[in-house]
Amino acid sequence: MSLMHQSQVSRQPTDTGRVMAWLLLSTLPGIATLTWHFGLGVLSNVLLAGAFGIGLEALVLRLRRRTVRPVLADNSALVTGVLLGASLPPGTSLWLILVGMVAAIVVAKQLYGGLGQNPFNPAMVGYALLLISFPAAMTQWAAPHGLLSADGLSLGELLARVTGMSSGMNTGPGVDAWSGATPLDAFKHKPDALLASEFWASNPLPDGTQAAWRNVALAWLAGGALLLYKRLIGWQIPLSMLTAMGVLAGFSYAVDPSHHGSPAFHWLSGAAVFGAFFIATDPVSAATSRKGKLYYGAGIGVLVMLIREAGAYPDAVAFAVLLMNFTVPFIDYYTQPRTQGHARPNRGIKVTRLDDEEAS
Amino acid sequence: MARAFDFPGGIHPPARKAASTQHRIATAALPRRVILPLGQHAGQPAEPCVEVGQRVDTGTRVAKAQGLISADVHASITGEVVAIGSYPVPHPAGREETCIVIEGDGIRDDWALLPSLDWRRADHATLHARLDASGVVGLGGAGFPTQVKARVRERNAIDTLIVNAAECEPYISADDMALREHAADVLEGARLIAKLSGAQRIIIGIEDDKPEAIRALERGIAAGQAHPLPISLKPFPARYPSGGEKQLIKRLLDREVPSRGLPADIGVLCHNPGTLLAALQAVRDGRPLVSRVITLTGEALARPGNVEARLGTPMNELLATAGLDDDRLARLIMGGPMMGMELSRLDLPVVKSSNCLIAATLDELPPPPAEQPCIRCGACEDACPAGLLPQQLYWFARSREHEKAELFNLFDCIECGACSYVCPSHIPLVDYYRAAKSEIRANAFEARKAEHAKHRFEFRQARIEREAAEKEARRQARAQAAKRPTSMAANSTTSAAESTAQPQPATADADLKSLRIAQAAAKAAVRKAEKVLARVSQSTSHKGQPQGQSDGEIEDLEVQLATARENLAAIEARLAAAKDAAAGTTQAPTPPSRSADTDQERTP
Repeated sequence: MSLMHQSQVSRQPTDTGRVMAWLLLSTLPGIATLTWHFGLGVLSNVLLAGAFGIGLEALVLRLRRRTVRPVLADNSALVTGVLLGASLPPGTSLWLILVGMVAAIVVAKQLYGGLGQNPFNPAMVGYALLLISFPAAMTQWAAPHGLLSADGLSLGELLARVTGMSSGMNTGPGVDAWSGATPLDAFKHKPDALLASEFWASNPLPDGTQAAWRNVALAWLAGGALLLYKRLIGWQIPLSMLTAMGVLAGFSYAVDPSHHGSPAFHWLSGAAVFGAFFIATDPVSAATSRKGKLYYGAGIGVLVMLIREAGAYPDAVAFAVLLMNFTVPFIDYYTQPRTQGHARPNRGIKVTRLDDEEAS
Repeated sequence: MARAFDFPGGIHPPARKAASTQHRIATAALPRRVILPLGQHAGQPAEPCVEVGQRVDTGTRVAKAQGLISADVHASITGEVVAIGSYPVPHPAGREETCIVIEGDGIRDDWALLPSLDWRRADHATLHARLDASGVVGLGGAGFPTQVKARVRERNAIDTLIVNAAECEPYISADDMALREHAADVLEGARLIAKLSGAQRIIIGIEDDKPEAIRALERGIAAGQAHPLPISLKPFPARYPSGGEKQLIKRLLDREVPSRGLPADIGVLCHNPGTLLAALQAVRDGRPLVSRVITLTGEALARPGNVEARLGTPMNELLATAGLDDDRLARLIMGGPMMGMELSRLDLPVVKSSNCLIAATLDELPPPPAEQPCIRCGACEDACPAGLLPQQLYWFARSREHEKAELFNLFDCIECGACSYVCPSHIPLVDYYRAAKSEIRANAFEARKAEHAKHRFEFRQARIEREAAEKEARRQARAQAAKRPTSMAANSTTSAAESTAQPQPATADADLKSLRIAQAAAKAAVRKAEKVLARVSQSTSHKGQPQGQSDGEIEDLEVQLATARENLAAIEARLAAAKDAAAGTTQAPTPPSRSADTDQERTP
C-alpha cells in the first residue's frame, strides 16, 4: 500500500469526482454549439436528464441502503444524464427523458451494482431503449434555426413540448418549421435514382443543417481534445474508432461516390465524434488494456459503418457501443500486455493451475 | 556510453529528500537498552545462544542462524542480557516477536571484534564463513542474508554485479549519504562481493538526482583504477521504481528476470551500497553488523538527517534526538512512503531493514480518502512497471478468482505501490494483491503439507526397504563366503548352487539399472528442491512481504529438501547393497561396504 497518493501532490485531476467534473467541463463546447444551432431544447434535455440522473441515483442508493452523499459526489450520474441529454433530439419530452434515465441509471447501472459494475454504457442503454421504443420522436431533429432566431421554438412552445402538453410533432402548423431529419437520415433515405450530388443539390434539408452538424462535431472534437490533454481518456479508442470508420467509408466512397458518403461526411454528420470521445471511452464498459482499447474502438467504428450503410438506422453509435460492450470480456482476455519476465503475453481464458516449476 | 533501456510504466512522486541530506551522517548516542528481534532478516529467525544475566560485549553473537536462510544476531551494545521474550517489533500488523534485550550503562562500549581479513588473499570458504558469522543481510529493506546470496555461484554463473544505488523511493537518503561519505569503501565492498560471486564487471545504477554521490563514486572509481575489475557508473533519470531489482536490471542491462525467477538466473547479482559497506566492514574490520545508517525525516522532525544507529535502539530515542514534535506527528512510517509500513507505536526497535523513519505531519501525508469504486480507467496500467493489468488483478483479487489472478500474472507484481499512487478512486490496490497472494500461498501450503506427509511416508518405506536390502546383502555375502570353500571341495553341490545362483545376476542387473535410474531421479529431486528453496526464499523475501507467510513456506521447503536428501541417501544405500550383492554373486565375495557417501551430493 502506498501511503502517498498523487492527489496529495499533483494538480492533475486524480480523484474520480474531479475526473467526472472535468469530463462535464469538456462537454460544454459541444453542448454550447448544439444550443447555438438547435435552440434551448438542447439545454432542457441536458438539464432534465442531469437532474433525473442525480435524483434516480439518490433514490436507488436509498433503496439499496447505501450512503448517498459520497456516491453522488463522484458525479457519474450527472455525467450519464448530460451525455444522454446531449444525444436526444432537442426539446425531447420530459417523459421520454425520464424513461431513458430510468433505463440508464436504475437498470443499466444500479441494478448491476453501481458505478464500475455495469457491463453496458448506461447512457447508451437509455438511448437505445428510447430509439427502439419511440422511433418517431427520436428521429425528428429540430432545424438549425439558431438560438436567437424568431423561427425557432419559443420558450413557451418549448415548455409545452417538454412537459408533454403539446400534442406531438406531426400536427399543428408550426411543426415543419422546427423539425426535420438529420443529414445522415436524409442521405440514407435518398431515392436510389438520385446521385449524391443531385441529392444535395436539391436542398433536402433546412438551410444550414450540414454546417450546423459539422460545427457540433468540431465542438465535440475540441472537448475531446481537452479530455486527451487532461489524460482523462486514452487516445486509443477515439483514434481506432474514427480510423476504422474512415477506412470503411473511404473504401465505399472510392467504389461508388454517388451513393455513399465520404469519410468526412460520416465523421462530421452524426454522432461519430461525440461517440468516439465521450461515449466509447467510458472506461467502465470499454475494454481495459491499451491494446484491447484499440480493438474495441475499431470494432465500434466497423459496426457504426455497417449499420449506417446496410442497417435500418441512420446512425448507430449507441448500438455499436452496446454490441462491443458484449465483447469486452473476450477482448480483455486476449489482449493482455506482456508482463516483464515473460517471453510472450498470456492469452485466452484457459484457467488451469499454472505450473510453478521452472520451464527450463 | 551509458545506454539506458527502459521498463514500462513508473511514476514521478516528489522526492522530498532534501531535508535529510543537509548534514553528514551523525552517530546516534549509545542507547542504554536495546531490543534485538531474532527475525530481522528473511528466512528463519535465529536461535538465542546467550542466557539472561550473561554479560556481552558489542559484537558478541547473541543468536545463531537457523536453517538454510537465516542470519546471526549480535549484541549492539556492551552490557547484560536482561530478558529474552516477546516484544513488539516493526510489523504492519503490530506483531510481537522473540527479542533479546540488553541493557548497558550508555557509556561503556567494548567491542568483540573478529580478526581482520584481507579479502584479496582470503579464500572463498573463509570469506563465506566471515559473512556468515557477521550477520550481514541486505540493508535495502529485504533483509536477505548476504552470505547466502554470495554463494549463488554454486548454482548460477554470475557475470555482472549491480550496485543498486537508485534509492528511488521518496524521503529515503541513507544510501545517498553513505555513498557521499564512504564511496571508496562501498566500491571495495563491491569488489569483494564480485570476487565471491565471480562477477566479471560491476555496474552502479544510480538516479541522477544524487549528484554528490555520483561525484564521490567517480572519484572512487578513478582512485581504484589499478584494480582489474571494470566498474561503470550509470546515472539515469529518476523514476519510481527504478530501484526495484527487476526494473534496475532491465534499465541497465536490458535483461528481464524471468517470471518467478531470480536475477541470478540471468547472471546478475544486485546489492545495496549499505550492504556492501557492511560486508566490507565485516571482512576488513572484523566488525559484525551491529549498526546501520537510517534516515530520520518528515516534517514533524526539527532536525531531520541520517544517523548511524545501533540495531535495537528504540525509535523514539532517535526521533527525540532529531527533534520530534509529538503534537504534529500524524503517522510514523518505516521505509519509504510507497512500500513502507505504518507503525502504530514509537518505542519499536531499529532493525537491520530499517532504512528510513518518516515522522509525517497530517498535511504532509494525509490519511487516504475513502475508497471509491474502480472505474477501470487504466491509470494503474500506465503506471505498472511490471506490465500487468492492475485493474483486472483488482477485480480477480476482490472476487477471489485466484486462478484468473494467477493467469494475469499476479505473482509478477512487485508490490511497488505505483498503481495505488495513481488510482483516482484511492483503492489500496497492493493490499488486495497481497491478500490474494497470501491466500493463494496458504492454499498451496495446505496442498504441500499433504504432499509433505506423503514424502515422509515414502521416505520411511524407502528406509525400511534399504535396511531389508542391506540385511539381505549381508546374508548373501555370508552365504557366499560359506559356500565357496565347500563348492571347491565337493563338485556335486556346484550344479545345485549354480542353478540357484544362475537367475540372480540377471535380476541383480535389472535391479542395478532401475536403482541407478532411481538414484539419478533422487539427485535431480534434491537439486530441484534446493533450487526451489533458494528461489522462494529470495523472491518472497522481497520488500514489503509479510514475514509470516514466507517463513512457513521456507520451513516447509527446507523439510522437503531434507526429505529429498534422505531419499537420495536411502536409494544410494540400496544401490550399494545391490552392487555388493551383484558383486557377491558373480565375483569373489567382498565384505559389504557402504559406498553411498562417496557419491554424496554436495550440500549448498
